[in-house]
Amino acid sequence: MQVNEKEFKPTIVAFCCNWCSYAGADLAGTNRLNYPADVKIIRVPCSCRVNPMFILRAFQRGADGVIMCGCHPGDCHYTTGNYYARRRMTLLFSMLDYLGIERERTRVEWVSAAEGAKFAATMNEFVETVTKLGENKRLEDLRCKEK
Amino acid sequence: MQGKMIARAKELLQNGTVNRVIGWKAGDFAYDITPAVFSSAEELDAGFVYNDFCGANFSKYLVKESRKEGKILVFLKPCDTYSFNQLTKEHRIIRDNIYVVGVPCDGKTDGETLKLKGITGITGIKTEGDSFVVDTLYGEKTIAKADALPERCLSCKSKKHVAYDELLGEDGEVCESNRFDMVEKLEAMSSEERFAFWRGELSRCIRCNACRNVCPACTCERCVFDNDNSGIAQKAAADSFEENMFHIIRAFHVAGRCTDCGECSRVCPQNIPLHLLNRKFIKDINEFYGEFQAGEDTETRAPLNIFDTEDVEPSIVYEKGGN
Amino acid sequence: MFKLSLNNLNDLFKAAAEGSALYIPADDGAGQARFTRWCDGMEMSKALKTVKSAKEFFFPQTESLVDFKMKGKEIEIIDPRTETEDFVVFGVRACDARSFSILDKVFLADPVDTYYKSRREHGTIVTMACSRPEETCFCTAFGVDPTAPEGDAVCYMTEDELFIEAKTEKGTAFVEKVKAVLEDGDASAVEAQKAAVKDILPKLPLANLSTDAFGGDKLMELFDSPKWAELSASCLGCGTCTFVCPTCQCYDIRDFETGHGVKRFRCWDSCMFSDFTKMAHGNPRLTQLERFRQRFMHKLVYFPANNDGEFGCVGCGRCLSKCPISMNIVKVMKTLEGESK
Repeated sequence: MQVNEKEFKPTIVAFCCNWCSYAGADLAGTNRLNYPADVKIIRVPCSCRVNPMFILRAFQRGADGVIMCGCHPGDCHYTTGNYYARRRMTLLFSMLDYLGIERERTRVEWVSAAEGAKFAATMNEFVETVTKLGENKRLEDLRCKEK
Repeated sequence: MQGKMIARAKELLQNGTVNRVIGWKAGDFAYDITPAVFSSAEELDAGFVYNDFCGANFSKYLVKESRKEGKILVFLKPCDTYSFNQLTKEHRIIRDNIYVVGVPCDGKTDGETLKLKGITGITGIKTEGDSFVVDTLYGEKTIAKADALPERCLSCKSKKHVAYDELLGEDGEVCESNRFDMVEKLEAMSSEERFAFWRGELSRCIRCNACRNVCPACTCERCVFDNDNSGIAQKAAADSFEENMFHIIRAFHVAGRCTDCGECSRVCPQNIPLHLLNRKFIKDINEFYGEFQAGEDTETRAPLNIFDTEDVEPSIVYEKGGN
Repeated sequence: MFKLSLNNLNDLFKAAAEGSALYIPADDGAGQARFTRWCDGMEMSKALKTVKSAKEFFFPQTESLVDFKMKGKEIEIIDPRTETEDFVVFGVRACDARSFSILDKVFLADPVDTYYKSRREHGTIVTMACSRPEETCFCTAFGVDPTAPEGDAVCYMTEDELFIEAKTEKGTAFVEKVKAVLEDGDASAVEAQKAAVKDILPKLPLANLSTDAFGGDKLMELFDSPKWAELSASCLGCGTCTFVCPTCQCYDIRDFETGHGVKRFRCWDSCMFSDFTKMAHGNPRLTQLERFRQRFMHKLVYFPANNDGEFGCVGCGRCLSKCPISMNIVKVMKTLEGESK
């Protein structure tokens, strides 16, 4: 399936909540922990802000993998936002899997502001998984891929 | 039953309980029945029908009708009452302006289903016991009712009315349904097989929006797919992405609110089994968050409007094994 | 007239697909017919009609019109069209064949739609006379003869044989191309079948549908009819009728932003949709009644007013089978009949 495994560099979109995960990403940066530059972070006020449409739109515009990061359950800045997000993403990912779209392309990870190392490790691991999967073919919009 | 219904409707019109009736109106053939509002005994006599082809679910019409002046009489089949409850719960219909008469149902079919069974040129249909005797331009055909019913009736989830002001006939029971069989079958397939299955189905979509417009759970004032400012308003399924996008988002939007009435699959001109998307969400909700039937009552909160601190993590999707 | 045994249909298709694309009605995954690009062994559907009409060969549901690319301050404008290939559409029914002349009146009138024209020029239409009309058929009301369709070449199918006759230059070229698999046939079997179908036609439930009450001169009486309210009351506002219709020709032009440019495309639109004819100031048709009325007024009044009395309907009956609430042009005509007299 993969034409050129070595050269393929996936595009990863990471939705990070402002209060924990984005701060976690910051910490990873200030601690000079390496994670691939292929990860494009989109800051959202809360993981609960992530509409299923955002995930699909990211794939449409060329993402090969989409990850959503939020505060650990119980630690949400808005008390309960991530609990709702958790239910939504569980159902959405299950639906994507049901439609035959590789489930490894989507992921949720809870990253606190103190977990810079976890952020970097998660991203490294996710990029590696998606690199193995290759280009997103099943949920692509060809119109956006033409250069 | 039709006679009883007309008689009761006339009484209720006469004694001023209601000022109009929403019901099924006969057409040119045996099967082309249109939802219509009747406001007099004469109109009822002239066109009101209730037979094996009255599949349309009236609940959604009540969103508008219940905002008009006076009370409206509606006849609801058991599965329609679930949609009715759900709309009541969401304050989309004004319950006080509606008089509900529950009517029994043992499955409704339609002309298209008969045609798929190879019966064409239909000029008349009689019900004889458990069969339909169909007059066609090319001779008489007999088909067992069970063979002529669409999937939603073959896997009927309930013959019990969950909302009514009065009942005509006997109330039924919640059924032992095998409605998740096909979902399970799909889940057991490999990811490639599932992908191929859904491409085959969804690629037929012509984006007529019939599934959305008929759906009693789709009652947004303006759908995101019609909103030019949403950035995703597209009129045509220009490519596979948009087919996926439309159907995923539509199913997601009604997740936890879909009562599985099956109208989406009934109206699809391309016969896409859209109910399989909704049933997947229903099945997942049952498994992850406990048994839930939307529309069963008017109080319980929808699964996506509540949470539990001990909910499963999204990673359960990867952990379930298989590929 | 030439003929071929139905057992050798695949040979005919093979010959026809030589050097051009061939489309035939074939059963899809749901058991309904749709025009599909032929590949060896594909069987022709037994259904009378495809779900979608054949109009999409000339007027596709979506097509790219122009691409824009930004390079700094420069905008590059690209014509995305590639060379249109020659194609043959086989098995088009009389109703659909008539629809092409209706579409021509719209797209080939000045200013000519070059996208449409190019496809028309490259397409050869091989029609198929009807042998089993259905209850939803009412083409005869609009002057279509299902036993003698228009088209570049016409086919007639009997129990075990297929007869073919060229009608135009393109049709002659088509018959020449497949001649190797054909043998000479005489018209008697065809005439017998035509007669049999002509016996059925008056028995169709809609055989007596009349268009007398409609036409370009009935504008105000019909427009102002109070009956539109009850007719449109249960309309869902979906586009099923429009999208299965062989003559509906309204389209929308939209821009799709790809992230690195803009693709301008056109797609089928439906007057039943809430955003149809929406413009900067808003929408002139705010209720479903007005949108519903537009659809039928267009076919029965506005179109004949602008096209020498020709109606914008061919009586294929697709909307009768497919409308989710079974409201359709026949019910509209029957209800409004008394209005204009």
